[in-house]
Amino acid sequence: MDNTDNIPETLKRRILDYGDELLKRKAGEDTAKVTTLRNEALEHFSQNGFPTRKMERWRNSKIIDNLSESYQLYEEQPSHDRKDFCCVIQDFDTEVITMYNGRLADDNILRTLDNGIIIGSSRAAMIQHPDLFDKYFGSCRTDEDNGFYDINTALWQDGFFIFVPANVTAEKPVQIIKLIDNVNNPLIQTRNLIILEENSNLCIVDCDDTMSNNASLVNSFTETVIGENAHLETYKLQNLNNETVFINSNTTKQLKDSSLMSCIISFNGGMIRNNVHVDLDGQGADTQVYGLYLMDKKQHIDNQIRVNHNVSDCNSNERFKGILDDEATAVFNGHVYVAPDAQHTNAYQNNSNIILTSSAKVNTMPFLEIYADDVKCSHGSTIGQLDEEAMFYMRQRGISKANARMLLMYAFAAEISNNIKIDKLQERIDDMIKRRLKGELSSCDTCVFHCNTPKEYNFEIDLSKI
Amino acid sequence: MLFSIKNLHVSIGGKEILKGFNLDVNAGEIHAIMGPNGTGKSTLAAAITGREGYEITEGEIWYKGKNIIDMSAEERANEGIFLSFQYPVEIPGVSIQNFMRTAINAKREYQGLPPVSMVDFLKTMKEKQAMVEITDKLQNRFVNVGFSGGEKKKNEIFQMAMLEPQLAILDETDSGLDIDALRIVANGVNQLHTNDNAFIVITHYQRLLDYIVPDFVHVMYDGRIVKSGDKNLALELEAKGYEWVKGLMG
Repeated sequence: MDNTDNIPETLKRRILDYGDELLKRKAGEDTAKVTTLRNEALEHFSQNGFPTRKMERWRNSKIIDNLSESYQLYEEQPSHDRKDFCCVIQDFDTEVITMYNGRLADDNILRTLDNGIIIGSSRAAMIQHPDLFDKYFGSCRTDEDNGFYDINTALWQDGFFIFVPANVTAEKPVQIIKLIDNVNNPLIQTRNLIILEENSNLCIVDCDDTMSNNASLVNSFTETVIGENAHLETYKLQNLNNETVFINSNTTKQLKDSSLMSCIISFNGGMIRNNVHVDLDGQGADTQVYGLYLMDKKQHIDNQIRVNHNVSDCNSNERFKGILDDEATAVFNGHVYVAPDAQHTNAYQNNSNIILTSSAKVNTMPFLEIYADDVKCSHGSTIGQLDEEAMFYMRQRGISKANARMLLMYAFAAEISNNIKIDKLQERIDDMIKRRLKGELSSCDTCVFHCNTPKEYNFEIDLSKI
Repeated sequence: MLFSIKNLHVSIGGKEILKGFNLDVNAGEIHAIMGPNGTGKSTLAAAITGREGYEITEGEIWYKGKNIIDMSAEERANEGIFLSFQYPVEIPGVSIQNFMRTAINAKREYQGLPPVSMVDFLKTMKEKQAMVEITDKLQNRFVNVGFSGGEKKKNEIFQMAMLEPQLAILDETDSGLDIDALRIVANGVNQLHTNDNAFIVITHYQRLLDYIVPDFVHVMYDGRIVKSGDKNLALELEAKGYEWVKGLMG
């Protein structure tokens, strides 16, 4: 069994050994809750291991087949340069948290802002604010047994922590710049916790980037609790190398009249899996989950979106769009659950794809599971090519074939990026979408915002305000 | 001569649709092409404008002294050939304003001119919209998305006014139009018609020709022109019907 044909088994054994050692070593630092959850998770992982392709939600995933034996659990932290973290968006005033290979890289690893907002390291938050941490840590449900969740819960070392107290509106967006230096093939477990107390407001810009072209496995898990009448906007920008396996899991719990706006933009990445799980636990809660993926070569993206309408009078809207070139593959699995008493539910989900080649592939499955009778739910999905009629129509007006293609692809993608509410960020992302569609944006060796040409990119045609 | 088609044979998927089509058009002229369904009128429009999938097996298309059969669709457009589509295409996500600005700048680039200034562009937009009685609201809507049949055809004539072609082909522009919209579209065409440009009006019915008066009427059947005449030919055709055309084939 112990051969390269069975990497998950080999990796599993190494993870279990490492976990046993870690639990002994860290026993004194963790809170009681964290210790309990670590033990449970390790035990669960020992029994269940990695997910397999026999599982419905992993049936079309390429991730299991592409794990590497080379991942280092005891990674030495390579040295890094502060300037790698700078953001090139002009006049984009944010509260920045920097992370390097899954650990806080700021000088002050946990800071409290004037208005009482706490931001920084999740490990430091556990140590400095154990009661607050334990109240929320592990409180968000997941909907599936998933070995990656277990590994994260058992082995996490650090991550980011954001706490917004009641009645506070964060003045600036919190921007998390996460760099992965793949040079030592790290297996990185990032554990993040976001807490919005009642009547608070927060915007998060979350950037994941790789710095070299080696393989790595990034297993990130974020728990978010949005209190009554609290509002969270979150933008995730993924720009990773082709050897990275990135598992981005998010579980969110929303209370009464709260709102979530989540926008995940996947520019690049060898294998990306976005798990988004939202529990609507209070009446009047609203959730908007948007995604855009632009994949080429042999890249693989897998969006698994689950929204549970557990109570009545909530809204949810899922829209994921993708453009696939070369031999890229995409999976979309949208699942809306409506509980028996969740009347007046409004739920919509849609996944649309453009495939540019005959070798690109999409598996899409929007799914509704409804047990209430007074609801409005719908879903749809499309997979198509660029509209040939529209192409000729534009060319007949003198627009070149290349620009007509760009115009169609950009118009398709802009339906998602138009939802970005911060103008500066939207401009930058639109610019990156154009570069990506022109094939000029690859996973840079630095952060998404450190592109070599920070000035606005000019097309032959102006697509900026379509 | 502005435009001349010589012995044009066009096939789609191996099936010959145009079978030796000839037409000469001088600047300043309006030509009407009439004929029953399936006779090759739309194929003619596609072949002139360079649509892919239409194989020219024989013949030539001369425009401003050049045989254009090897030119791309966009080159022909930038040389001044315009097609008003029978079924204008919806383009979600692209506003009319940006679509037109992109098209005009593509043409200006082709002519070696700098891009149009926003002020000049908006001024021209306003003028040309007034010509076809399009409200300002349409300019920020996505191209043809959710437009009524009349709005789509008015939008075609508006685009024609913006791009100022030298050869415009109107493919069944009258189909789906009520009498008011027909009048507006025809007025637009008549205002745009000068001694320097030419129109080819493809239609089933004589009705449109009451408003856009042709210099020549050609009757097309089975992939070629079977009879040509002046505007009275349209009236004769209307009276005698297309069965009469089949008789002409003899």
